[in-house]
Amino acid sequence: MSKKGVYGSKIKKATQLLFYRRHLKPGVRGSELHKSLGSDYPKVLDLLDDYLKPLDLKVKTVFEEENTPEKPTLEELDNARFYVALRGDSSTKDKLIGWRIDDLAGLAITISYIISKKGQVPRKEVEKLLSEKMPNWKVGLNIDRYIRYGYLGEDDNGLLYLDWRTRAEVDQKALISMLLSSETQKKEVAEPTEETNREEQDSV
Amino acid sequence: MQTAKEAKALGKERLERIIETCVAIENHTVEPFAINLDEIIQIVRQYFPHWQNPDELRLDAEVLHHLATVIKMQSEWVKQRSTSLYTDPFILEEKILQMDKQQMVDIFIDAWNPLVEFEQISINTLAQGLLYWEALAPIVDRWKELEPAEVANAFTSRDELIKQRVLSDKEFSEELNNYWQQLKECVAAKGKDGKVDYWDFIGADTYEETVQRAFLTSFLISYGFATLEIDPLEELVLIEPFQQQRTEPLTLQSKSVPIAVSVEDWQRWKRGESD
Repeated sequence: MSKKGVYGSKIKKATQLLFYRRHLKPGVRGSELHKSLGSDYPKVLDLLDDYLKPLDLKVKTVFEEENTPEKPTLEELDNARFYVALRGDSSTKDKLIGWRIDDLAGLAITISYIISKKGQVPRKEVEKLLSEKMPNWKVGLNIDRYIRYGYLGEDDNGLLYLDWRTRAEVDQKALISMLLSSETQKKEVAEPTEETNREEQDSV
Repeated sequence: MQTAKEAKALGKERLERIIETCVAIENHTVEPFAINLDEIIQIVRQYFPHWQNPDELRLDAEVLHHLATVIKMQSEWVKQRSTSLYTDPFILEEKILQMDKQQMVDIFIDAWNPLVEFEQISINTLAQGLLYWEALAPIVDRWKELEPAEVANAFTSRDELIKQRVLSDKEFSEELNNYWQQLKECVAAKGKDGKVDYWDFIGADTYEETVQRAFLTSFLISYGFATLEIDPLEELVLIEPFQQQRTEPLTLQSKSVPIAVSVEDWQRWKRGESD
């Protein structure tokens, strides 16, 4: 088989490995890709990433350590986890991706608050914060839902922390810097749109 | 004028105080920048020529070690504060509370890249499933039923049951009655005000015998032959036999009192007895 053919078949295999959930959590560990695709799997993933670009998708690498290494070694890649995620750099991004605006806003607030508190916050504090703008009966349900989806984790002491899905999906630095510079954006926000009004009515 | 000995003593005292402050910083009870490092290094340098014996030099080295840790913590503090991930929680909380839902969601969406996954079944997957099903042996072949072992019926004697510890060699009620008498005798001999210390009654030469006595005592209490008196402040447990069996404990809602009879407790009791 030609080199092109070999890579073509490896890309197909990588696509199946990445898109279909094989374990409890989505995504594949680098070591699994190494085993299935060979030691050149980082190159296969780069090629797949190029294929996914026009579809506004990307291969996302989440390293074990919090900081992303500039030039990761094969060992670091083997220990990392790979996902397919929305690239999100196009204007075609579906805004809510199936979420209700209340739930997504609650998630955004919770994540930002936990980041600002160095990664751990008592659940009661988050509940208090969310209940400022969300009905009380919904607060607990929503937090449980965020935990179930893998955005948050809760330890035995009732402390909430950011779990695997937040690490995989959310650019925490970007979120905080956008929040802090949000004052200018706020001024630009005009009257609430019809969509927002409808959503607000739905949530009551 | 200060003698060399006095200077040494003062120096030691100052170094010990520096160590205490550094330890407080290491334990996060004091901010890393609460100490003036230049000043402290001056002090360390000032007293260094006085140190001669190993203990004094060790103290000097210990100060330097703690100072190095504090410098490391100062560096981490600066790094953390300078990253964009550090924000004053109060400012952020204010921002969050001021924002409307739509604005919050708009910001979040820009920083959010949801994962993508397929949940679709394909013809190939179905075909694989069918092939597997075809090759799979029936469950009756895979999980052969376990035949129950045949057991021969036979008669057994009371002695045999006692030997197997199914029955005691005494009738239980008879045994309990004898035990009640023992309790009364024990109270008469060792007791005060018609009561005796729980451990003085159940305690025996061996741990096994002690456990057996504790077990029987629990029945004496449950069946209304005796009662317990517990003083939680003095940690005293007293047992008081009744002259007649009382039926109230059997009818009233009784309260369970767990009393640990561990080997350690028994050994402690034994030691107390021998003392």
